[in-house]
Amino acid sequence: MSDFSVIGKPTAMVDAAEKTTGGGKYTDDLSVPGMLVGKILHSPYPHARIKHIDTTRAEMLDGVVAVVIGKDAPNPYGILPVGHDEHALALDKVRYVGDNVACVVAISEAVAEKALELVDVQYEVLPAYFDPEESMKAQTDLIHDNKPGNVEKDYHHVFGDPDKGFAEADRVAEARFIANEVTHAAMEPHSTLASFELDPHTGKLGRLTVWSSTQVPYYLQHKLSLVLEMPMAQIRVIKPLVGGGFGGKSEVIPLEIIAAVAARKAQAPVKITYTREEVFWAHRGRPRTIIDLKTGVKNDGRITAVKARVVQDGGAYCSYGVVTILYSGALLGALYDIPHIQYDGYRVLTNKPACGAMRGHGTVNVRFAFESQLDELAAAIGMDPAEIRRRNLLKPPCITVNGLRVQSYGLPECIEKIVERSSWKQRRGKLPRGRGLGIACSHYVSGAANSIIRSDMPHSTVNIKIDRDGGVVVYTGASEIGQGSDTMTAQVAAEILGCSLPRVRVIAADTDLTPIDIGSYSSRVTFMAGNATLRAAEDVKKRIAAAAAKKMNCAADDLVFRDDLVFKKGSAPPSAKKDQSEEAEVTQTGASVSGRVEGQILRGSLQQKRKEEGAKEWMTFEEAVVAAIDFHGALTGTGSYAPPPEARGGKHKGGGVGPSPAYSYSAQIAEVSVDKDTGEVTVHKIWAAHDCGRALNPVSVEGQIIGSVWMGMGQALTEEMVWKDGMLMNAGMLEYRSPSSVESPEVEPIIVESIDPEGPFGAKECSEGSLAATIPAISNAIFDAVGVRLHESPFTPERVLAALRAQRRDKALNLTEGVDPTAPARFREHGGALCFKGKGPERHALDPARREAPAVAGGAD
Amino acid sequence: MKKELVELKVNGRTHELAIEPSALLLDVLRQDLGLTGSKRGCDESSCGACTVLVDGVAMMSCTLLAASCEGQEITTVEGVSQHGSLAAIQKAYGDWGGAQCGFCTPGFIMTVKSLLAENPDPSEDDVRAALSSNLCRCTGYSQMYAAIRSAIAAEQQGTAAK
Repeated sequence: MSDFSVIGKPTAMVDAAEKTTGGGKYTDDLSVPGMLVGKILHSPYPHARIKHIDTTRAEMLDGVVAVVIGKDAPNPYGILPVGHDEHALALDKVRYVGDNVACVVAISEAVAEKALELVDVQYEVLPAYFDPEESMKAQTDLIHDNKPGNVEKDYHHVFGDPDKGFAEADRVAEARFIANEVTHAAMEPHSTLASFELDPHTGKLGRLTVWSSTQVPYYLQHKLSLVLEMPMAQIRVIKPLVGGGFGGKSEVIPLEIIAAVAARKAQAPVKITYTREEVFWAHRGRPRTIIDLKTGVKNDGRITAVKARVVQDGGAYCSYGVVTILYSGALLGALYDIPHIQYDGYRVLTNKPACGAMRGHGTVNVRFAFESQLDELAAAIGMDPAEIRRRNLLKPPCITVNGLRVQSYGLPECIEKIVERSSWKQRRGKLPRGRGLGIACSHYVSGAANSIIRSDMPHSTVNIKIDRDGGVVVYTGASEIGQGSDTMTAQVAAEILGCSLPRVRVIAADTDLTPIDIGSYSSRVTFMAGNATLRAAEDVKKRIAAAAAKKMNCAADDLVFRDDLVFKKGSAPPSAKKDQSEEAEVTQTGASVSGRVEGQILRGSLQQKRKEEGAKEWMTFEEAVVAAIDFHGALTGTGSYAPPPEARGGKHKGGGVGPSPAYSYSAQIAEVSVDKDTGEVTVHKIWAAHDCGRALNPVSVEGQIIGSVWMGMGQALTEEMVWKDGMLMNAGMLEYRSPSSVESPEVEPIIVESIDPEGPFGAKECSEGSLAATIPAISNAIFDAVGVRLHESPFTPERVLAALRAQRRDKALNLTEGVDPTAPARFREHGGALCFKGKGPERHALDPARREAPAVAGGAD
Repeated sequence: MKKELVELKVNGRTHELAIEPSALLLDVLRQDLGLTGSKRGCDESSCGACTVLVDGVAMMSCTLLAASCEGQEITTVEGVSQHGSLAAIQKAYGDWGGAQCGFCTPGFIMTVKSLLAENPDPSEDDVRAALSSNLCRCTGYSQMYAAIRSAIAAEQQGTAAK
């Protein structure tokens, strides 16, 4: 099985040239004749009732075509069927600073911006909630009237007998961890272009085409159908190139709906592209999470029980929230063998932009807490932190206490590899003070086993068409968002069909052309769309083999497809042997000159010649294809994938989230140094081993591992959405502090292949699982370096310094205040000089952070 | 605002354009000339996705007035591949995984071009420092360094990058 001709080799992405030459089109690069520009008016208040909207002044401005408001499309929607709490534009209330109030459609961006100022909105400002634990106490002015206590959803799970587990433990650790809010900040700002066609029969607006930066065209088509009250068949969603998603484009973003509503009202194509600031408001990132965690271990390192209470600051709408809070609990399982688990999860609404799915959905923050606490317990019982992880390994195949099925399990090898590569045993504890090593592990699903829309439909379907030219066209709904989806699809098809990669053309993510696929999220594409592609290719190959076998006087099972040739088992044709090295070159460079000539010009004469020779020993791929089309009349194949029932999890309430047909595993060691005077943490190197089942394209797998680790490092050290009274204080790429090249350490990716029994060629996910381990690996390394345990991420110099001072029993410093309404009337920062504490400049009288200022959101209109 | 006629020389071709004096170079390239390779990732010179060369110097076109570039030689990512084939750096970015979603890639290609024009054999620190003007959210930058090393080697050998 290990003898592959296409997969397993480092392969440039099939769309690499489009990307490096600037020729590839992203949504904002598109334009259609007569296209207008849409601009959205956002709420300046975190929580307010809309008393009145007057659009007349804006409509009268020259160049304005239409102004759209909430009642133009009043149907509610939301990504989850249980969370239909959003509207295209606010109907009666705005719920966060940045909420969508109106949309101006005009001939240019400048005119639209001018018109925004002419839309008159009267608000009645309501008290707002910014802290989830405060929000949970709310009695009045609820964010959504049907959510008492502003709790979107809470779950209470008990598996095994946690009380018994804690009683058996020799050591119990209990602490509160906080992971602050982070966002995707994908490089491409969201963009949508919507255009209606006139229906030839009714003469009115008919079919709608939407080009959008989305990870899931199918969900967008579904939600557009709800809001616009149009049948899905009348809506075509096309995904052009997408400039990064990380989960932020996995749900329907307001502008995607607004653009379509605006195009309907303006009766012209409308494009809306967010500014970078709007991208931050649209958000849907990883929520601020408060984790109260309790873990018990025996002196031999075995974990006896875990109890977690998780509160997520979900923002103003449900979004993916119910799924996020369930993942946080469910993925306590399936990494280690934990016999007893208690989980209480609360997804809480606050007056901030909605949080949603972000790389490592739901698991990252809890993993940070868990791996930090495990490190603490290892220290308490005097055990090597790598060893305590080894003591708690699962014994797969198994089903965990919370109903997750684990088959392939490369975690032991991951730990072994990083321990070896980092010289953990030789170096740990022997580094100079201020420098340390930390280890942590993580895992993630290879696709959710249950779709968010309950149905029996397959999760992925792929069609393949091959015509007489020998060109293989694969139609897949899977969404390329930079992770290499299209390349993986082409590789799998080429491997099965034994043809070269340039022969395969992938048509993807266009709801008119491609079968339904539930998109690029939960790291499902390689596993699910890969399996569907594999099955479609097998299907079409079966037809080719039947026809070729007839020509070659042998059984179809005896045929081998490889290197653009079809030949009998055990009798590799001379030309194949001779050309093998050359063929490989051709595949690499992507120009199959010999194949093309033979196929298009010489095919006829060659066939004639062969015919005279009688039964053949081998055929070219094209000859076999032609034979198959002559034989069957047409050459197509289909394949689909749905996770098997036994991988779909337990029957308990909420048990549908967390199960996956396979889990990826990651183990990491971080080497850091800490400056004790400034509190600054520098990451020098991270060794990251990731079990991806099988690496179909090693260069992409490594890229995904490095990218995940890097993004985890950003969350660990610098990235944080800083809020003040519901206002985002750092809505810019530099202010948000996404790490640049000078701040990024060397990451050594180590691929571990556990060969999953159900994955395509054994492959599992590789794009998300590594992220979660990085944060605790760094925090554990900080502990190793300077002996302080950080409980709140990111580990900014302020937080590290505070922890170092607490360790020395120095007076605590508060360098970062003013983010909440209880801040004092005077600034304390004063250019950073701490001796000025309390003597800094006075806040402005109307500064809402002043205690004596009017109620938080109770200012004048 | 009233439009004015300017002559812009982009990728070796001169275009006469009527633009508002306040028009930004990025908007003129993308909207008036249809050169959508340069991307808008922010509006404030923080991400570098809009980087172009103006007289060989890497500049962020999102905060540059188009009219101020009159008489200067502007090179965009569309002007990098020559003679119908990928430039070494473009090929290398594809082969080594330097581009994932590709949105930041044109900006990086331009930054690297300007770096290599100034310093054909930069050290790792030089590369990191030069690349810090651009942001990427996918790659963690590591595979870009490999791509740049490979492109330099290819350039030195005078062959296509492998």
